[in-house]
Amino acid sequence: MINIENLCKSFTLHNQNAAVIPVMAGANLQVARGECVGLIGASGAGKSTLMRMVWGNYLAASGSIRVGKLDVVTASPRQIIALRRETLGYVSQFLRVVPRVPTLDVVAEPLLNLGVPADTARTRAAELLARLNIPQRLWDLSPTTFSGGEQQRVNIARGFAHPFPALLLDEPTASLDAANREVVLDLILEAKARGAAILGIFHDEGARDRVCDRLIDVRAFTPKAAA
Amino acid sequence: MTDLSHTFSAAADKPLLQVKNLTKSYGARIGCADISFDVYPGEVLGIVGESGSGKSTLLSCLAGHMRPDQGEVIFETANGARDTVQMGEAERRRLARTDWAYVHQNPRDGLRMGVSAGGNVGERLMAIGARHYGGIRDKAIDWLGRVEIDAGRVDDRPSAFSGGMQQRLQIARNLVTAPRLVFMDEPTGGLDVSVQARLLDLLRGLVREMGLSAIIVTHDLAVVRLLADRLMVMKGGHVVEAGLTDQVLDDPQHEYTQLLVSSVLQV
Repeated sequence: MINIENLCKSFTLHNQNAAVIPVMAGANLQVARGECVGLIGASGAGKSTLMRMVWGNYLAASGSIRVGKLDVVTASPRQIIALRRETLGYVSQFLRVVPRVPTLDVVAEPLLNLGVPADTARTRAAELLARLNIPQRLWDLSPTTFSGGEQQRVNIARGFAHPFPALLLDEPTASLDAANREVVLDLILEAKARGAAILGIFHDEGARDRVCDRLIDVRAFTPKAAA
Repeated sequence: MTDLSHTFSAAADKPLLQVKNLTKSYGARIGCADISFDVYPGEVLGIVGESGSGKSTLLSCLAGHMRPDQGEVIFETANGARDTVQMGEAERRRLARTDWAYVHQNPRDGLRMGVSAGGNVGERLMAIGARHYGGIRDKAIDWLGRVEIDAGRVDDRPSAFSGGMQQRLQIARNLVTAPRLVFMDEPTGGLDVSVQARLLDLLRGLVREMGLSAIIVTHDLAVVRLLADRLMVMKGGHVVEAGLTDQVLDDPQHEYTQLLVSSVLQV
């Protein structure tokens, strides 16, 4: 479902003496349907960079990233927007939403964007919020004022609202207590069971062992000159 | 669900607006030069750049407020694609009252200051044929509510409103007729941040539910990140970088965009 071949990336910092920083060379990676692959490697090794290139907010220098039938490296912005609406989900570490929008609508939005009727979308959002132990009295409030762990759970609910065929998870269990961590791990296992291809970063080793089928060390993709 | 998204993609396959090689100079000075892009139904395009970069000139040329020296602005009308630059004045004015809307940076440019708030909103409805007074008034009050203006102010003139309220009124006046394409010049510039947020949410809802397309000129990168699907960065009258909004902001390629993104103060 996710197929990365010979991917390279460098940053050119025009305002800092035009420094060119190669960060990735010859990355190869496959994630099949129903499989969860974990990225490992020290901080700064390029785990997030790789995830962002799959998501499309970082441009690749060369190589290909196929998600389903689409090559994200050469795709137009409109094709990437459609991919994110229908096929590829992303649970980032940070919640980025329009302030003042109620939590229930934040979680329902991915479904509304697909044309799902509002009441169906809100019912699904309510199920997920309840499962992730967000108290119902908070559903009508904006998540911007929530605690870090609550925001992360809202982000997870939003990411799992639509059954995306492919999912990117950036430390989904990072700031959660044991009970909520279990809920998130169950959601990931359920997504795998329905055939989702998952690429994730998990610093939590216990979580990694529970959900990942394989681990890939991104240091193998670090350019030689910089190593 | 799959069926719905297919219908959506099919309807969105044809661009609503195609801009080709648009150029406008002020004597020897470049306003904007050789600008080409497409906007699809339901898409929000952000245009950012510092003052004097040509973004407002571009918007004025697109909306027909200014005649470009060269280029085409092709709009998909109900009767097929038409180059609006070559259109007669009467036809372009009709477009401006129906399928298009323009939200000015200064609300005084987009409102009739001597007419009541309700009248400002109702006027656009009447221009497209609404005649039932009660219906017009109800719809005006509904839209005042959506932009958080108290129904009790419906008979007051905009000159008695604060700057932020005037801007919200201008937005209500423009959106009441459900246009297909909205041009916005710094729409959230003079607003309280709390009202900005409400407007961003309102615009996103309209884009989703009515398939509204919008071209938004702003210097506020936070606004475009939340609102725009695609982003164009202008400098010196030229587009220096364009792409998916989060890609342009998170991995800017051009020297100027890198400077712009790195200059934002974090709150």
